[in-house]
Amino acid sequence: MHCPKCRGLMRTYTRNGVHIEQCDNCRGIFLDYGELEALSRMEAAHHTPPPPAAPAWGAPAQVHHHHHQPQHYGHHGHHGGGVFHMLFST
Amino acid sequence: MRPDVEQLAEVGRAAGGGGEPAVLYDRHGVLVVRVGDVVVKSHQEDREAGDALARRLVVAAALPGIALPPLAPPRTVDGTAVTVWPYGEPVAPERPPWADAGRLLAALHRADVPDGTPQRARRDRVERLVARLGDGEDADTVRAAFRTLKPEQQEEHTSLVHGDWHLGQLVNHQNRWLLIDVEDLGTGDPAWDLARPAALYLGGVLAPAAWNEFVTAYRAAGGPVADGDDATLWTRLDEPARTLAIQIAATCVQSAREQHREPDTAEAAMVAACGRIAAMATGT
Repeated sequence: MHCPKCRGLMRTYTRNGVHIEQCDNCRGIFLDYGELEALSRMEAAHHTPPPPAAPAWGAPAQVHHHHHQPQHYGHHGHHGGGVFHMLFST
Repeated sequence: MRPDVEQLAEVGRAAGGGGEPAVLYDRHGVLVVRVGDVVVKSHQEDREAGDALARRLVVAAALPGIALPPLAPPRTVDGTAVTVWPYGEPVAPERPPWADAGRLLAALHRADVPDGTPQRARRDRVERLVARLGDGEDADTVRAAFRTLKPEQQEEHTSLVHGDWHLGQLVNHQNRWLLIDVEDLGTGDPAWDLARPAALYLGGVLAPAAWNEFVTAYRAAGGPVADGDDATLWTRLDEPARTLAIQIAATCVQSAREQHREPDTAEAAMVAACGRIAAMATGT
């Protein structure tokens, strides 16, 4: 989909189950119905207990999940994608 | 001279395995052959073998419900250490048993340390992997992150630790998940056993849900790394996770280079994590 403001390409990110479209060009964000409320709820949940204390070098957005679909991997595992390797070998 | 498939199959048949031998693993100087219900493994020649390996097998045999028990003490075939195990099903990549993994590591970390347990094996993989990186922007990023690591610290050797934990170190044997590959098993800082999933979570590669399932089960089972709040947990995990992020990124950059391709999305994410590690250190 294209950005309604500048016609740039919108990319979809998923953050804690909320889909967010962000424009690659102007960085504008597009929210579907109910997503703003979902984000507000998450923000509230995020701020009530002590915030997660993960180190600051953690990924700003978890956008690279492949947790359920490591690409076709071979019998010995080493023909698969990067994620398979990272999770399943030394 | 390393023993071949037929020699390992012979050991397997002597231990009660039947049927055609199948090679399960053949890399980095390690050969693993399955003969029916028996698995025979020949170990790397340069790895600690002999007495330390024998003691590690004794420790593993004394961890029922946690580690896969060996079928026999280690032996030597053509000068190479060989171990014999029952066969267990590996993890299916589409549904890793994260909760079982957390529970098993917690149980290991809480187990009594038997007399004569060796210290965990040396952690020099990250140095070796970074040292063999070639030229290029990604390699430079990994090297910059590597320079932020502290020299190896004095370590408390109070807990039993696996020493090289990842999802390939679990098998299902008689409907129970158990830990395998005890060559690095010993006393040490248990935070390092959580470092690989922590690094992948922080790299944005492992889904938060998977990490949470793992660490929640670990904490619920009394795992000592998570016996405080999340801030304490991450203080303990930061250096190990950072080290593993760099080690994983170095592996990714090198394998992309050897295969004459660009890093894939997940590999690039781990290089990006190295970029953030390096940037934090320089304050840029």
